[in-house]
Amino acid sequence: MGEDLKGLIIDYVKREYLEEDAEEEVNENTPLISSGIVDSFSMVSLKTFLEKKFNIKIPDDKATPEAFDTVNNMLTLLKEFNVT
Amino acid sequence: MSNIGSYEEKYKNFDWQLSAQKLEYGKDGIYNIAYYCSDRIVERGFGDKMALIWQGFSGEVKHYTYNDLRIYSNNFARFLCDIGLVAGDRVCIFMDRIPELYISFLGVLKMGGIVQPLFSAFGEEALFTRLDDAATKAILTTKKHIGKVRRIRERLPALEKVIVVDTEQKNLKGDEIAFAMEGVPKVNDFSVFKVDAETPSVLHYTSGTTGKPKGAMHVHAAIIAQYITAKWALDINANDIYWCTADPGWVTGTSYGIIGPWANGVTQSVLDAGFNSEKWYQFIEKRKITVWYTAPTAIRLLMKDGTAAVQKYDLSSLRHLISVGEPLNAEAVVWSEEAFGRPFHDSYWQTETGAIVITNYPGMKIKPGSMGKPFPGITATVVDQKTFEPIKTTGTVGLIALKPGWPSMFRTYWGNKAMYDSKFKNNWYICGDRASIDGEGYFWFVGRDDDVINTGGHLVGPFEIESALLEHEAVAESAAVGKPDPVNMEVVKAFVALKPGYAVDADLELNIMNFIRKKLSPLAMPQEIEFVESLPKTRSGKIMRRLLRAKEWGQEIGDVSTLEDD
Repeated sequence: MGEDLKGLIIDYVKREYLEEDAEEEVNENTPLISSGIVDSFSMVSLKTFLEKKFNIKIPDDKATPEAFDTVNNMLTLLKEFNVT
Repeated sequence: MSNIGSYEEKYKNFDWQLSAQKLEYGKDGIYNIAYYCSDRIVERGFGDKMALIWQGFSGEVKHYTYNDLRIYSNNFARFLCDIGLVAGDRVCIFMDRIPELYISFLGVLKMGGIVQPLFSAFGEEALFTRLDDAATKAILTTKKHIGKVRRIRERLPALEKVIVVDTEQKNLKGDEIAFAMEGVPKVNDFSVFKVDAETPSVLHYTSGTTGKPKGAMHVHAAIIAQYITAKWALDINANDIYWCTADPGWVTGTSYGIIGPWANGVTQSVLDAGFNSEKWYQFIEKRKITVWYTAPTAIRLLMKDGTAAVQKYDLSSLRHLISVGEPLNAEAVVWSEEAFGRPFHDSYWQTETGAIVITNYPGMKIKPGSMGKPFPGITATVVDQKTFEPIKTTGTVGLIALKPGWPSMFRTYWGNKAMYDSKFKNNWYICGDRASIDGEGYFWFVGRDDDVINTGGHLVGPFEIESALLEHEAVAESAAVGKPDPVNMEVVKAFVALKPGYAVDADLELNIMNFIRKKLSPLAMPQEIEFVESLPKTRSGKIMRRLLRAKEWGQEIGDVSTLEDD
């Protein structure tokens, strides 16, 4: 499911956080929070997306800007919840 | 030795004229802020001094001297005149923190325009509301944000000029204009528009409890306060490398991210990137930042990563740290002493005050958790909520009130004199915040006196969120309140009753969150949505927002006898 998962999150990020004709490329290593594509307030919507999609609850101490900075970081986080 | 020296002595003997004299404000009949931030510094022999060192997210760096500031702001001013803009026109700047933002700010002022900076993360509806209210004539933006402008332009008949500063004409649509500040012949001589000290300069929008956001109108004379507060409260001087982390879409980012430091001829560095503690420390180390002005939310995020992260970097260049936006908790002050070897100094002010009015000064004893003491020239007190008479008893909570008359005080709300007048009671300007004063004259913040939500140092109006929520197809009624948050002080929580036929499902909460984020801004996005059958209302049908807020804060609910449906 790894590739599907990755694609799912990348699609969500592109759809929700980028303008339709945005030039930015988003892949699994693109910094999102630290680059400003997703600001720290919007991180909550990204967290909510993962929680709703995979029926998990990510505790606040794990919801750090670093944990959500790239799709790869999010995949690592999801592994802790046995989502792979 | 700090710039202010003895606070007590300065407070006792201060007159705003002292600041005006130091700045030579009004010499040769010149009152325009832009002149004092660029041309004057060049005339004093510092044209080659670095004014702006800009660093983008991916590490690219651009340098601008004071002479560059002068010339490129001339370029903007000449261009804006050439396309037909005239003095008094409202010109919005809607960009991320790129050099063009900072320099066009001066350019607009140089041609006599009124600058209207807006936070680039605003969604199209938030942008529309503010441009519509100000009947904004032109907008300077970038290709990243032009889509939002295009989607609302038809509804903005006053918006005649749309200028994009980072693309070529072939990429634009209709009458949009491409303009590259460094791509046109340099305008060496531009006669800075002659304004009076009381001519409008900057229009910053801020949120209230009810109604639309209000445009706090400032005048050129505000620089008298911004110059001296930057010198004494931020303690900046000629050799400093200064970093203000605030976005110029908000007042801190213009008063102390543009005007204050540049009027003082200081070198400032800007990092155009999102929050990341390691990157921030790298930036301080690399740029050898000496004075750092940031926000409690950022400090608390840094605290989360601990002192170990700090110790990986050489941050010994730092010599003075200041914080603004919301109360700085005592733990953050103590932590900064541990992490950086020096405390953060809390400062208090707001969009309407235009400059710092209460703060902790270098060299003065800091009481962690206190806002500090009034700036010289500012008469501040707390007044009784009903009589608006100053409270004489120490430690008693009242409303923070300032004696009108300091140079950077807003002069009106754009098109809303009645609202402006309502802010003054018993000859005091009422800030809308509650505090107490201790026996030594230190102010202690307690909270807002209204329903405005202070999230991450930014004020968000509940009415604007509730109005936007009602535009969502599933929402029948709504209320937005601030709920406590360990990092942002408050975050937005929405209470939503759904229309018949809609049910709460896994996607609806996220759908509504993103709806608000895109329509208004990430700040306004509810971080939590509670779905309810109905909302508590008064007999007259008004939603009892304060009751919902009190519940979130674990406060006494008080008299609920007027509740209609309990």
